[in-house]
Amino acid sequence: MMANKESIGIRGGRILDPGRGVDLVGDVLIREGRIAAVGPDVAAEAERVIDARGLIVCPGLVDIHCHLREPGFEHKETIETGTQAAARGGFTTVCCMANTEPPIDSRASVEHILRTAGAQGAVRVLPIGCITRGRQGKELAEMGELAEAGVVGLSDDGSPVADASLMRHALEYASAFDLAIIEHCEEQSISHEGVMHEGWVSNRLGLRGIPSAAEDAAVARNIDLAEFATAHLHVAHVSTRESVELIRRAKERGVHVTAEVTPHHLTLTDEAVMLAATESPGGLAYDTNAKVSPPLRPRADVDACIAGLADGTIDAIATDHAPHAIEDKLCEFDFAAFGISGFETALASCLTLAGDVGAHGAPLQLPVLIERLTSGPVRALGLERFVPGLGSLAEGAPGDVLVFDPEAEWVVDPERFVSKGKNTPLAGRTLKGRVVATVYGGRPVFVEEGVAQQA
Amino acid sequence: MVERATRAKIAEPEARLPEGVELPTWERRHVLDLDDFSRREIEQVIETADAMKEVLGREIRRVPTLRGTIVATLFYETSTRTRSSFELAAKALGADVVSVAAAASSVQKGESLVDSARTLQAIGANILVIRHRQSGAPYLVAGHVDMSVINAGDGWHAHPTQGLLDAYTIQHHLGDLRGKKVVIVGDILHGRVARSNIWGLTTMGAQVVLCGPSTLLPWGLRPGYRGNEDKALPPVEVDTNLDRAIEGADVVMVLRLQLERQQAGLLPSMREYIRLYQVNEERLARARPNAPVMHPGPINEGIEVSPAVAHGARSVIEEQVANGVAVRMALLYLLAKGR
Repeated sequence: MMANKESIGIRGGRILDPGRGVDLVGDVLIREGRIAAVGPDVAAEAERVIDARGLIVCPGLVDIHCHLREPGFEHKETIETGTQAAARGGFTTVCCMANTEPPIDSRASVEHILRTAGAQGAVRVLPIGCITRGRQGKELAEMGELAEAGVVGLSDDGSPVADASLMRHALEYASAFDLAIIEHCEEQSISHEGVMHEGWVSNRLGLRGIPSAAEDAAVARNIDLAEFATAHLHVAHVSTRESVELIRRAKERGVHVTAEVTPHHLTLTDEAVMLAATESPGGLAYDTNAKVSPPLRPRADVDACIAGLADGTIDAIATDHAPHAIEDKLCEFDFAAFGISGFETALASCLTLAGDVGAHGAPLQLPVLIERLTSGPVRALGLERFVPGLGSLAEGAPGDVLVFDPEAEWVVDPERFVSKGKNTPLAGRTLKGRVVATVYGGRPVFVEEGVAQQA
Repeated sequence: MVERATRAKIAEPEARLPEGVELPTWERRHVLDLDDFSRREIEQVIETADAMKEVLGREIRRVPTLRGTIVATLFYETSTRTRSSFELAAKALGADVVSVAAAASSVQKGESLVDSARTLQAIGANILVIRHRQSGAPYLVAGHVDMSVINAGDGWHAHPTQGLLDAYTIQHHLGDLRGKKVVIVGDILHGRVARSNIWGLTTMGAQVVLCGPSTLLPWGLRPGYRGNEDKALPPVEVDTNLDRAIEGADVVMVLRLQLERQQAGLLPSMREYIRLYQVNEERLARARPNAPVMHPGPINEGIEVSPAVAHGARSVIEEQVANGVAVRMALLYLLAKGR
């Protein structure tokens, strides 16, 4: 996209750039699409000023796992609507998953996405390519060509690579291009046709369960393979206590493993399937909007994910934004699609964990939280080499800045989502923390109504 | 004049329900499961079913109480007894019945569940009776229609009318259920009858013991995994040994074993299941004398229950079927006339 020539000043906010240990009150100046200065009164000379007094100013958020659905499922989302929703949620860089139709397993597909994103995208789009051709889990995709075309990681997300030998070779082959294998860790012979976490709630509702062991077994196997292959495994959407512990121990012994967790696995439990914010007939929601893969887990798993995020075992928060059409969710629970539309609630959801010691005893300081949404994901996938300075407010870094009000409360109304996907289990819930302005490449791509701006 | 008098005379015996059921105070709109039924509500269903049983004992087994009411049955899963039981119940109360079987309906054309239910509402149905292979389907429907919804069985989740007719049948034999030991034997994991009975029987004060192979006992019922929230299933005992579990039972309830469970790797063989879990005369001797033997049907004779027990003096299986009509009449009546 074209850099904005106009200079922008963001004045008087609390500036958090956790990757560089910055936490100060001051201004950010963006000139010619790049960060020009951070400090006291540097915004004075800007042609346009955003008043950020009382607000938090940080690098634009980086999401390393989302589904933009284009090409193939444009009725669920497009690159245009998805990136607008991302901007609305404070994200300025999103990595889109390869499970489109056709899947992103060729140069042509990668180029199509980059071209469309360049023309219509509100924020930066970095594509992820397939591990296997057609996401079929049979033969390796042409990873060399995908790397040349510009993918930033490899994943068959949604479909785990079932064959352990193929997984080994994928890890080995990808390491030649310094690309992470981003694996949806699920042993499908255990999860079978499950639709929610297996526990007392699934039993209560008579729904087929997905045991934690389905994830644990796959994480254990893939860590062993990555260790053996001396390759980079990135565990997508970690959701169980045992997975967190496996990753922690692997990191301790020097395995190149990184991990991400979603806002919903940090803030919701499997009870969300049973109980919605609004009243349901018979008192049981069977909320298809809480149907997601991996499934929402019980409190002990949620707490382990928060602790893993706090101690750095988990490197990043990734939305796994998975928009769906109304009819994909307005149906029997068994038939509903998996996924949550997450861009527009991610930051506020996560902010419920930040600050003082959380309600469940897991401390997560605000700078740590912001780190896991900015420099954390950049480090996890090594995105710095694709976009120098990404996820920071260093001088010369991309002019990607988020301004948010950590105290503002709002009620989630999916009808007001910019995303085509209205599928959220948070409808009707009150969240705290509101995006005030998102600046991408020196251009405001979202500004909340009524925010003071001087031209 | 003469003609009218004659007609009135004929109508007279049909027109009346027995005393005491004319003005129920009943505020429930849907019957989705027994988890939200109070003891008083279950008693009310039982009392009303008694009155309905009296109607069914008459020479002309029909009253016009629900004339003008339309009961729709929407069955996405084949069923002989539940469906005909509901239809007979509706007709015995003078209601009109519309039956939609999934195979013959627009389900095949991709019409969604909610649309199908709304279509039935649009043609005037007041009460929708739904059976569905997917757990929770009746809840989805109830959230999108103004009709009363009765769950006639959803997936593994619930079968509340079976639970009510079972409570009715047990009460008929044993009186007050409080303190009575009810042993439920078989496939609890996939069992909607078991789940609804757990709610119904514990609400009525019975002590429930679940018995079956570990692979057919849900995690959520094993010790330590129950969840301590209000919404969890109520406390029950769980035992994998039938000889022990059946000791001193006041009621033995046998569940149907789906033969495909063996193929799914949950059981080694039918032979072993029969050896360990079949309710036969020898095992039944450990229960209390005259403990009724129940089964929601259809029976796999010789698998979960021996023919001698299924047809023996203590079997109340046919009685359950007969009571089912009375209990469903009671529910239709309460839903249509209550409030």
